[in-house]
Amino acid sequence: MSVQGRDVGPVSMTCEVLDRRRLGRYWGLTLSAPEIARRAAPGQFVNIAVSAPGTLLRRPFSIAGAALGGHVAGTIDVVLDPHGPGTDMLAGVPPGASLEVLGPLGRAFPLPQRRVSALLVGGGYGAAPMYYLGERLRAEGHRVNFLVGAADSSRIIDPIVPKRMATWSSFTTEDGSMGHRGRVTDLLAEDLETTAAEVVYACGPNAMLAAVGDICEAAGVPCQVAVEEHMACGVGVCMTCILPIHTRKGVQNRRVCVDGPVFTSTRIAWEESRYTETAHEPVDDDLDDRDASDHDGRGPDDSRADEGHFTAGVRTVRTGGRR
Amino acid sequence: MSTTTRPTGRTTGVDLSVDLGGLVLPNPIMTASGCFASGREIDALWNVSELGAVVAKSVTLEPREGLPTPRMSETPSGMLNAIGLQNPGVDAWLERDVPWLASRGARVVASIAGNSVDDYREVARRVAASRSVAAVEVNLSCPNVSHRGLVFACDPGRSAEVVRAVRQALPDRPLFAKLTPDVTDIARIGRSVVEAGATGISAINTTLGMAIDAETGRPKVANGFAGLSGPAIRPMAVRAVHQLFTELGPEVPIIGMGGVRTVTDVVEMVRAGASAVAIGTATFADPFTAANLVRDLGPWLGRRGHTALADLRGRIEPWPHHPR
Ligand SMILES: Cc1cc2nc3c(=O)[nH]c(=O)nc-3n(C[C@H](O)[C@H](O)[C@H](O)COP(=O)(O)OP(=O)(O)OC[C@H]3O[C@@H](n4cnc5c(N)ncnc54)[C@H](O)[C@@H]3O)c2cc1C
Ligand SMILES: Cc1cc2nc3c(=O)[nH]c(=O)nc-3n(C[C@H](O)[C@H](O)[C@H](O)COP(=O)(O)O)c2cc1C
Ligand code: FES
Repeated sequence: MSVQGRDVGPVSMTCEVLDRRRLGRYWGLTLSAPEIARRAAPGQFVNIAVSAPGTLLRRPFSIAGAALGGHVAGTIDVVLDPHGPGTDMLAGVPPGASLEVLGPLGRAFPLPQRRVSALLVGGGYGAAPMYYLGERLRAEGHRVNFLVGAADSSRIIDPIVPKRMATWSSFTTEDGSMGHRGRVTDLLAEDLETTAAEVVYACGPNAMLAAVGDICEAAGVPCQVAVEEHMACGVGVCMTCILPIHTRKGVQNRRVCVDGPVFTSTRIAWEESRYTETAHEPVDDDLDDRDASDHDGRGPDDSRADEGHFTAGVRTVRTGGRR
Repeated sequence: MSTTTRPTGRTTGVDLSVDLGGLVLPNPIMTASGCFASGREIDALWNVSELGAVVAKSVTLEPREGLPTPRMSETPSGMLNAIGLQNPGVDAWLERDVPWLASRGARVVASIAGNSVDDYREVARRVAASRSVAAVEVNLSCPNVSHRGLVFACDPGRSAEVVRAVRQALPDRPLFAKLTPDVTDIARIGRSVVEAGATGISAINTTLGMAIDAETGRPKVANGFAGLSGPAIRPMAVRAVHQLFTELGPEVPIIGMGGVRTVTDVVEMVRAGASAVAIGTATFADPFTAANLVRDLGPWLGRRGHTALADLRGRIEPWPHHPR
């Protein structure tokens, strides 16, 4: 098996597909990738080469799990939503076939330093990296709660997994085919209280992440999100994947592939991105009322202060750093 | 780590060195500007000093934040991009990136851009102060604000004007004028920039394209128009390089680029007339591409009995004449 790269950071390797299984509308792939599994942390992604006619660029996918021991030691999982030439091709690769995989890429979710109750919010295939994170958080002794949403039940990945793993879990579908009828953002404010969440982690469509971030900010709960942007290289050299980020020098464009995909949600200047249009979806009126009446004496700046508090309390896992 | 394979640059006796008008490189593999940042990210994967040279992302006088997203869209065997020259500005680049590249032992080629002749001159003046910059590439595919936003590289006169200004500010270093294929006669533009003082030519930059989503009606790249690159443009690049070589002769070095991905693509470009070859979009598909080419080029040539890459430059063999 050929592996290219250095002792730390991402590597490029040829990976055998060990298993392919249907997950409702999605497909799950298990790849033999020992070097990537060893270096990976939740929130990071891999770039997979596709061989559909006319395609050129790799496709980015969140790492949905990495096994270091047991029967499937040295493997990683990805979950695919087939909807285009690259994802269709990957969803069709049979076990035994090989794929060129580059990873792990990007920054991982920072993990809390002290024991916390964490609420993990996943939308669609964005739930996949949340399951991986949930496992890691639980292994470190944190309380793990799940809020998983999708358009319909066929897009809720393996609901038994979060149910088994979490202290508390809840589901939403837009068509009502599973759990609450509606969106994760309908329930989030209430669920933050129910779970006494001290930190929120989220992955899903960017519009969902913008709304989740707003709700968390209003509730004063720090929130880390893993975003998506179109990527040509995935390794920081092409500048195609940028997102406007609040920095000390004002709003600056940062690369999602190396500076993200995980960002502290309050740092993202969604209003300057193309996601504004959907980001400012009607927010639950009850929620606005609650914000107004339920300040607990917090000043408007305290939610930002929480970010500092959170940042101080976490260790940031950088790309490929061996831990 | 035992599993690591590193490019060795070993050439099995084949001479890969190139002399680009005084810029002497151990091998002809360079990076295409804007496709390698300033090398740091790729150096996390392999040693960038293995390259013939690193051509950095174009820098401008002031920092630029660039254009809104989406900035790219894949097309059949290619991609469209409109980045808008997002860069930290020439001063920050000289301060942060050049010393780092030099410390890694890489040969550094600056790529400079601007929207007026004065912009180019001033950026060149600042770059001239850094001894670590071995050569300069002038990215002429920028809109000229004092000429209705027309791209410099589309006009032989304006291209020459920029090159003259840069040459004056930077008299002591090899200077490459980077041309666009979006002209009627690229050889004519090449002739005029060489007469204005360019040491050599870099060709080609991206060619202008556009893609529109049939459902939403929106352009797939936010800017609308965007630069097409990748294997889709390789035949255009080979054609342009050959036209330039034919016009300018073997004395003028040419850095050929456009869709190069494999060893045979490199050799094709050299046969068309390139002295060195830059790798752009292929790095996005596989960040090890350039390293693999450095490793594989020598053995490929050696197996075919070639002793020096330079011997193949401009060598196009005729088809046998078929008597009627
Ligand atoms: C960090 C990250 C993690 C991701 N994780 C997953 C995952 O776990 N599961 C999953 O199914 N999908 C994931 N995606 C989205 C996935 O990369 C795209 O769905 C996929 O690239 C589409 O390729 P295609 O050829 O099937 O579709 P097309 O839409 O035809 O793709 C055309 C081009 O657009 C790009 N593109 C299209 N949609 C997206 C998108 N949403 N994000 C980024 N680029 C896009 C493609 O890479 C390709 O270059 C992730 C994206 C990012 C950036
Ligand atoms: C994302 C991207 C950014 C680029 N940025 C620059 C740039 O800053 N300056 C420049 O002279 N050319 C730039 N180019 C053009 C390349 O250097 C090269 O000329 C072109 O892409 C053709 O080569 P390729 O097909 O190998 O990519 C860029 C190309 C791409 C794809
Ligand atoms: S995808 Fe190329 S810089 Fe992020």
